[in-house]
Amino acid sequence: MLRIPCPFCGTRDHSEFSYGGDASVEYPALEAPAEAWLEAVFQRDNIDGVQLETWQHLHGCRMWIVVERDTRSHEIHSVRPAHEGLASALAQSADPVNES
Amino acid sequence: MTATRLAKGGYIDRDQLLNFTWDGRTLHGHAGDSLASALLASNQQVLGRSFKYHRPRGLMSAGVEESGALVTIGRGDHRDANVRATTQELYAGLVAQGQNAWPSVRFDAGSISNLFGRFLAAGFYYKTFMGLPPFEWGSGTGMWMRYEKIIRKAAGMGEASRSPDPDHYEHAHGYCDVLVVGSGPAGRGAALTAAKAGVDVILVEQEAILGGDTLAQPQAADNLADQIKALKGAGVRIMARTTAFGLYDGGVAGLLERVTDHLAEPPMWMPRQRCWTLRARYTVLATGALERHVAFGNNDRPGIMTANAARVYLNRFAVRAGENIVIATNNDSAYAGAAELAQAGASIQILDARKSIPDAIRAQAADAHAALRTGAAPLMAHGAKGITALDIAGQHAANWREAGKTDCDLLLVSGGWSPVVNLLSHRGVKPVWDADLACFVPGQTNEPLSMAGSAAGIWNDNACLLSGQAAAERAVAHLGGAQGSSAAPAPGGWQGAITPLYEVKVPGRQLKSFVDPQHDVTTEDIRLAHREGYVSVEHLKRYTTLGMATDQGKMGNIIGLALMAEALGKEIPQVGTTTFRPPYTPVSLGALKGRNVGNHFRALRRTPLHEWNLEHGGTMTMAGLWHRPWYFARSGETIGDAYVREAQTVRRTVGLCDVTSLGKIAIQGPDSTELLNRIYSNPFAKLPIGKARYGIMLRDDGFVMDDGTTWHLRESEYFMTTTTAHAGKVMAFLEELLQTRWTDLRVHVTSVSEQWAGVAVAGPKSRQVLESCVENPAAVSDANLPFMGVLETTLKGKVPCRIARISFSGERAFEVYLPSDFCPDIMDALWESARSMNGCLYGLEALGALRIEKGHVTGAELDGRVTIEDAGLGRMASDKKPYIGSALRKRPDMARDNRPRLVGIFPRDRREIFNAGSLLCAPDHIEGYGEGWITAVTHSPALGHWIGLGFISGGHSQWHDKTVVCADPIRKGNTAVEIVSPHMFDPDGERMYG
Amino acid sequence: MKPYSAWNVFRNGLSRQKGWERAWRDPEPKTEYDVVIVGAGLHGLASAYYLAKNHGITNVAVLDKGWLGSGNAGRNTTIVRSNYMMPGNREFYEHSLKLWENLSHELNYNVMFSQRAHVSLLHSPAARDGAARRYNTMRLTGADGELWDLPTLKRKIPHLNYSADSRFPIIGATVQPRAGTARHDAVAWGYARGADQRGVDIIQNCEVTGVERTANQVTGLKTSRGIIRGRKVGFAVAGNTSRLWRMAELGKLPIESHKLQAFVSEPLKPLLDQVVVFGVGGAHFYISQSDKGGMVFGGDLDWYKSYAQRGNLPIVQDVAECATSILPCLGRVRLLRHWAGVMDMSMDGSAFLCKTPLSNLYLNAGWNYGGFKASPASGWYFADLIANDRPDPVILNHALSRFERGINIDERGAGPDPKLHG
Repeated sequence: MLRIPCPFCGTRDHSEFSYGGDASVEYPALEAPAEAWLEAVFQRDNIDGVQLETWQHLHGCRMWIVVERDTRSHEIHSVRPAHEGLASALAQSADPVNES
Repeated sequence: MTATRLAKGGYIDRDQLLNFTWDGRTLHGHAGDSLASALLASNQQVLGRSFKYHRPRGLMSAGVEESGALVTIGRGDHRDANVRATTQELYAGLVAQGQNAWPSVRFDAGSISNLFGRFLAAGFYYKTFMGLPPFEWGSGTGMWMRYEKIIRKAAGMGEASRSPDPDHYEHAHGYCDVLVVGSGPAGRGAALTAAKAGVDVILVEQEAILGGDTLAQPQAADNLADQIKALKGAGVRIMARTTAFGLYDGGVAGLLERVTDHLAEPPMWMPRQRCWTLRARYTVLATGALERHVAFGNNDRPGIMTANAARVYLNRFAVRAGENIVIATNNDSAYAGAAELAQAGASIQILDARKSIPDAIRAQAADAHAALRTGAAPLMAHGAKGITALDIAGQHAANWREAGKTDCDLLLVSGGWSPVVNLLSHRGVKPVWDADLACFVPGQTNEPLSMAGSAAGIWNDNACLLSGQAAAERAVAHLGGAQGSSAAPAPGGWQGAITPLYEVKVPGRQLKSFVDPQHDVTTEDIRLAHREGYVSVEHLKRYTTLGMATDQGKMGNIIGLALMAEALGKEIPQVGTTTFRPPYTPVSLGALKGRNVGNHFRALRRTPLHEWNLEHGGTMTMAGLWHRPWYFARSGETIGDAYVREAQTVRRTVGLCDVTSLGKIAIQGPDSTELLNRIYSNPFAKLPIGKARYGIMLRDDGFVMDDGTTWHLRESEYFMTTTTAHAGKVMAFLEELLQTRWTDLRVHVTSVSEQWAGVAVAGPKSRQVLESCVENPAAVSDANLPFMGVLETTLKGKVPCRIARISFSGERAFEVYLPSDFCPDIMDALWESARSMNGCLYGLEALGALRIEKGHVTGAELDGRVTIEDAGLGRMASDKKPYIGSALRKRPDMARDNRPRLVGIFPRDRREIFNAGSLLCAPDHIEGYGEGWITAVTHSPALGHWIGLGFISGGHSQWHDKTVVCADPIRKGNTAVEIVSPHMFDPDGERMYG
Repeated sequence: MKPYSAWNVFRNGLSRQKGWERAWRDPEPKTEYDVVIVGAGLHGLASAYYLAKNHGITNVAVLDKGWLGSGNAGRNTTIVRSNYMMPGNREFYEHSLKLWENLSHELNYNVMFSQRAHVSLLHSPAARDGAARRYNTMRLTGADGELWDLPTLKRKIPHLNYSADSRFPIIGATVQPRAGTARHDAVAWGYARGADQRGVDIIQNCEVTGVERTANQVTGLKTSRGIIRGRKVGFAVAGNTSRLWRMAELGKLPIESHKLQAFVSEPLKPLLDQVVVFGVGGAHFYISQSDKGGMVFGGDLDWYKSYAQRGNLPIVQDVAECATSILPCLGRVRLLRHWAGVMDMSMDGSAFLCKTPLSNLYLNAGWNYGGFKASPASGWYFADLIANDRPDPVILNHALSRFERGINIDERGAGPDPKLHG
């Protein structure tokens, strides 16, 4: 079981979350040409090592988060909200949810 | 072998006599006995038969590594195959039987295969059974499958019941600071130290009683009881009869708690077993070590067991396993037991493979009045069903030679010890070979985890205790407590060094020496694997099946590795080790499933109208996890009668249908319109307030994802409906878009699927039904609520509701959403009104008939592989705005003209029936992929014959004047059909708009 | 090389097994080969075998970082079937099944392909109609496929859970009678032995650490045993494809590595004669019984990307729930071992057997769940692709370019998300 420290809820079993995908993918603007979309939708680095990935705390706060995780050891290095605004708000917050 | 129950000592209750049955005979033991110790005390020697040769097998150990005494416990649907007699606690009335034998393990006709043993070498089955013997003539799999039938019957061990398992099980969840696995000296030391430091400790022990190796020592009971009291006093949570079977990511351990396996008559309310998911912040593995055998001739005979096993039987169970005992060892550990067995009245000979042994050890032998031979080892056992004599080998230079023979009734073997590194191996940590100790010791890990005691290769009791304490101090420091000062003792601790001994053989003598006794893997099998090039340890394992039996290599792996190393002229670490996988000991699927079985296998989603539907004659069908009404049969009606009547009624008067399972999403915020305009392929920018619109969403790759209607309620608020199947997916996708891609949009989405119940009111009289149920009937007039109009109003009783005039059936129709809790009452009112107009309740089957007549698509058509054009909805897709999927929806193959397009299908002979899932073919070419396929069929009440929807290359225009064959080879065969427009009924929508 | 036969088993029984030869050599790598295939798994070994057998190309090396067959070859649940529906896949897997049917004879190595039938349970009329399209397609394209109604199914497998009270009552099954199971390791060993006999060098413990290339060609492979050059190079490394692709500086791939667990129980006397598949309500489960008697089963991916060959507890429990839901007698059967393999999951669930941006480099990857059953045909067509430098019509769409052409070979209709193609 991965134990994911949700920035909003604390550490929870990964079975509460759903895996999204590679968080390094930058989705192009809607009007961008097909080539840009082909790249974003179909092509992956598929890193063996530490990667950024999205998860959603589906059976919790339903927030999308970005997890920095080693795909070989499953060790989790960091977690932050996917939404930059929320991430920076949380970073400035005096009392972030502690790991427990 | 003449075993004797001693008059005193041990952890058994002599006042509690327990009768049990072994192979039909009634025997008895005592409370505290294992099945093995009770069988041993009753002098039962042959307890099992081996996998391949059906050789007689007896007790080889006293623990989880047992590979000889595998028996079947219980009767009928309570039967458990492959139970290790050594780990089964005795209870009154226990029924045990031998297995893999006929008629019994004592006289097994299958042992004839032993005579052919020379032909049944490792991997022989890969070399034959392919075709007709002797040269494997022929082709195909026919011959093999004939052989296979026989092989399968011979293989397997026990026989499982085919009846449903009558027991129940539980899942449980737990948390702790420190998990300590094993209650030997190291485990107890770790648990006590950690608990005293104030952290929350769970101590698990696979045995019924705590103590681990201490239980094998004499006169330890009082001291042990005190220590356990101290553990409890310090707040350690103790779980006995609990195996930590696996270590997973995130400090999670899987625990199997055996709750009632030891009870004669388990209370109904107790689960048989409990599977724990335990999350520990630190784990201490004090899992002990297992004593190894040595390979020599007939080393599998009953009456040959590990030296420590005899000590366990003696000191824990008060059973002296033999009278005339030979102990064969290559290390110090076997000597302690020698004196104890002698004390209990046995005569002892010791064969020590070492040339020289320390004086203190020699003195222990003297205490046992034992004849001690150094440089000696067992060569071959005699005796058919139990050892009667032993040929001895003596060391001569680097080789062994025959060196006499001695009578004996019990042979105890110690070939060294293997730390139980299995759980660490689950974490992907490879063990490291320690040549001095002749064993694998734990490798390094960065995880919050320590090994302690003999599991770390520490042989001395006191050092084990210290290593446990040191591990606990590391745990406490990791958890933020004080740094400890104890240094972990180094591995080792014997007075004399171990001399590696894996096999005893003399030149020119043919021996049957077993490495993996359960799978009948011999030393010759290992050497054959080497000659044939299966030299990697994994090849060796897979080719010979070494280590793949129910003990998973606990007995034989090291010997096998050593022999392969010898054959290769390498050292053991160069050969490697196989990875131990979970579970440490086998775990029943029952425990793993807990209660999630039968109708609790998956959550059942019921609508607020579930009971109402059932009370009104509804028959339910599955839609994902939902139960939805399928049809409402009146007395005597079949499903066919019912849905045709229901569909007809909807077209004639009015029908009510529970549509609650549709996904509902509240979309709120100033940028809501922008969000909708981006995710729907059709325009949403100018949807007026008070109007609904049908929309189609594409996936990023341009194929259709979902469809539904979205209602504009207020300036910055919409109400979206999705299909039942994709409700969750659409919701998560919107959240993903808003939180990852379009973080600038000021929109909030909320799933309100559970909050709003939905009822479709469809048919020419639907407005009248609504009028009778809303507080202000004028609100639902045609003028106020035209086609695609949306209204928020109140139902009678001041129940707020949302109504849209939308239609899936093609009739004048409304979808009414109201707070879930009010739904049954409102449904009563709607139904009273509908019934007064000769209306009906209708289910999914009629819904399907109505929508097929209209050519409306559902999940059967939108199967994840169709474009919006394929579905006949291309004209909806906007060319004026970008949206999700717009960039990729016109890739070359997706823009092809001759792609299969949505069409309607009539049988050429209108009396004919045809099936969904059939292929559509040109009459002269009924093969291959055909030209298309049928997604849905129904009897059309409106048209009076069967109709279908499907896809065909190029669509209606290509095929409208041609006969097409509907091919259904797995069911009906061929049917001639015609291709028509998908809009088979009221194509202009007069009934819907009117 | 001495053929394997009952006759030779008998003779070696008399001679204490002294007459057997090595199944394959352990050669030192040469510095140059006509073809170098990276990955001595089933696909790499089969490719080498068919290069030699079908195309007479024998100056071939197959490199592996570990022992041959050390990846998914020995980690799968051994199911062989061809119940694929999409053009391309249909012909490919059918060809594979035909190769399977004679593989033991072809290789003179008993791979124990047992055509014990593959039975997919059905739980609703809608699911039945959806499956009917697949099985009708199989029949019209010349394969076998049947629909069993409930009485037939009850007769064939009496101890399934037919209770009307079960969460998803069974209403019947679609069946492919020619499908079944095989002995996975034997397939690797059989292909290795066959390829080795024909002169192929199988180089074990030879890890590729770098790819030397020019703008449009691979010039050599840096390995732990020195530089090895191939006039043509094939990658057949399943879950490690992206790693190799990066070494060749070729950028990204439509592949993600996910882990899939597999399970085996203690050995039992015969309990189940077919492969049974259960998929409803989000569940996915398949089970059969090995010749040794173990119940062999598996389920879904662990749902997150991973290169670790070990799984986690929730899926173990999920799989046990599925097992006991359809075969309630399994509650008392004990799990002996569970492990995981790294799957090369592709964006549409179908494989790539194709040329690459480099003119002498060929790709064999993206097998998702289906790699074991695919291996004979994968080797067959990959050998053909390498030998002739052009794809057979059957694998025309198994190219990396299919996505830009708008072709998804998506058997499930799940869309471009690797984890959904389990």
